Amino acid sequence: MGVAINGAIEQGLLFAFLALGVYFTFRILNFPDMTADGSFALGGALAAKLIIGGWNPVTATLAAMVVGAAAGAFTGLLTTKGKINGLLAGILTMNALYSINLRIMEKANLPLLREDTFYTMIQSLHIPGIGVISGEAIIFLVIVLLVKLIMDWFLHTDLGLDIRATGDNSKMIRSFGANTDRTTIIGLALSNAMIAMSGAFIAQYQGFADVGMGIGMIVIGLASVIVGEVLFGSRSIFRASLAVIGGSIVYRLVIAVALRAGFNPSDLKIITALIVIIALTLPNVAKGIWKKSSKAAKGGKLDA
Amino acid sequence: MLNIRQVRKVFNAGTVNEKIALQEINLTMAPGDFITVIGSNGAGKSTLMNIISGGYLPDQGTIEIDGKNVTKLAEHQRAAFIGRVFQDPMAGTAPNMTIEENLAIAYARGHRRKLALGVNAKKRKIFQEQLALLDQGLENRLKTKVGFLSGGQRQALSLLMATFTQPKILLLDEHTAALDPKRAQLIVDLTVKIVEKNKLTTLMVTHNMEQALTMGNRLLMMHEGRIILDLPQEKKQQMTTKDLLQAFEQARGGEAFAEDRFILA
Ligand SMILES: Nc1ncnc2c1ncn2[C@@H]1O[C@H](COP(=O)(O)OP(=O)(O)OP(=O)(O)O)[C@@H](O)[C@H]1O
Ligand SMILES: [Mg+2]
Repeated sequence: MGVAINGAIEQGLLFAFLALGVYFTFRILNFPDMTADGSFALGGALAAKLIIGGWNPVTATLAAMVVGAAAGAFTGLLTTKGKINGLLAGILTMNALYSINLRIMEKANLPLLREDTFYTMIQSLHIPGIGVISGEAIIFLVIVLLVKLIMDWFLHTDLGLDIRATGDNSKMIRSFGANTDRTTIIGLALSNAMIAMSGAFIAQYQGFADVGMGIGMIVIGLASVIVGEVLFGSRSIFRASLAVIGGSIVYRLVIAVALRAGFNPSDLKIITALIVIIALTLPNVAKGIWKKSSKAAKGGKLDA
Repeated sequence: MLNIRQVRKVFNAGTVNEKIALQEINLTMAPGDFITVIGSNGAGKSTLMNIISGGYLPDQGTIEIDGKNVTKLAEHQRAAFIGRVFQDPMAGTAPNMTIEENLAIAYARGHRRKLALGVNAKKRKIFQEQLALLDQGLENRLKTKVGFLSGGQRQALSLLMATFTQPKILLLDEHTAALDPKRAQLIVDLTVKIVEKNKLTTLMVTHNMEQALTMGNRLLMMHEGRIILDLPQEKKQQMTTKDLLQAFEQARGGEAFAEDRFILA
């Protein structure tokens, strides 16, 4: 179990970039972006291809982010300039990316055997771990926190405030001179850059990129966001983005436990769906029960 | 300051739902003019506001603000010159953002958004001074989310946000209609105070006849997409709400006004 927990924490930290990206679109921009599945695999595919081509893993990962941003911007253009429904715009990009990813990889699976990846680079540093937290996980944590802090800062700049207001009240922000087409496109680009970064890291961590590696990533990202918010709160952006990282780790731990308990890896998608459904309905169900019981209490008073 | 020429706006043209919202509107506002606008439901008052702000583009006609032709500019491009407060207290602010963040957005009006922190110590001080003028104690609640404020407080904040960068034109669309009488009066007083202090050119829609007569220096009456009455200060001053209702009935040819939600006092 120790090794499994170890791995779950490492994965949780690398998938946290995905969760931060999903948080950015779903919560900040209030935009249900379906690009994520495609841009996650895009990040993995491009990084793997470039590394095999002799690129430095760090520059390969940065390139994956740039291309992920372009994918997000494309969805943004479809929905703002092309007036295509937001959900559909993301689905269209996601589908197109499947073909593009295959083009990049030239086959369905690209192994990174004996390549220098960012993961082997970190491993070669031999950083001592602390308990279940490996030395590698410590480095991952530092990078995640750095990205989180940059995102927190950005969302408090003038441009960041406009992006948040676009998600909160787009009519209002237009009346103050912000171009909501622009803020939507920028928001989607930044979100998908983080998601592609996550894909690039995961490909290097697991030692291969696969054309199907993005399937279900939106739901996994959402599960992390929702679980994080429920468990750790979301009062401020600083708090919420931290909660999302926590949510990503908790999600991986739950999955590790489920596998331990004898579930098949093929069951994971339904487990994930259940986690999201429970996390989304539980607060409402609880509220409903509370309402009913308070109504009953009132009724009781009337009777008396 | 504002010059509207021959503006026409038709919704759903060519369908069974065709609706001429504005027909041949001409309106000139001098700098510092404070015009109140009254009219029956569906008269086109909100449409006129939206045509000025760029929310809708006219089918015909031109709009000039301060000598600049803005007819073809998008809403966000015109926002540099125009401050707005909406009827719905929810509409003018971002509920999940704090008071100081909302003010920072308003403060950035007319500037290109940069990658600098939206709220800093210097701006915070300005915000506090401005909020203090509202007399709502909001200056001590900079970090409160706007969603937690009452409708009246939000409307006061909206008014401040719309005006403190001194827009060339201020558009108020029934901005007190959703409030209880006491809070509405408070917003009316604030409006007068802010408009006078900044000498803002203002267009205010209201259903309250008393407000329409006592506020501002000119009164417009609209009906079925037209301006049917334009009263200058001298005439407006002598009128009572009764006279105004009579004028309204006359102008629209003796039709009953019962279905309209005019408020006499
Ligand atoms: N977006 C729209 N699409 C179709 N018709 C519209 C639209 N906006 C307004 N109208 C119609 O145009 C006419 C003028 O509406 P407008 O909202 O300007 O009236 P108003 O004077 O503000 O009325 P009220 O006093 O009820 O606010 C109405 O008949 C309305 O139904
Ligand atoms: Mg109206």
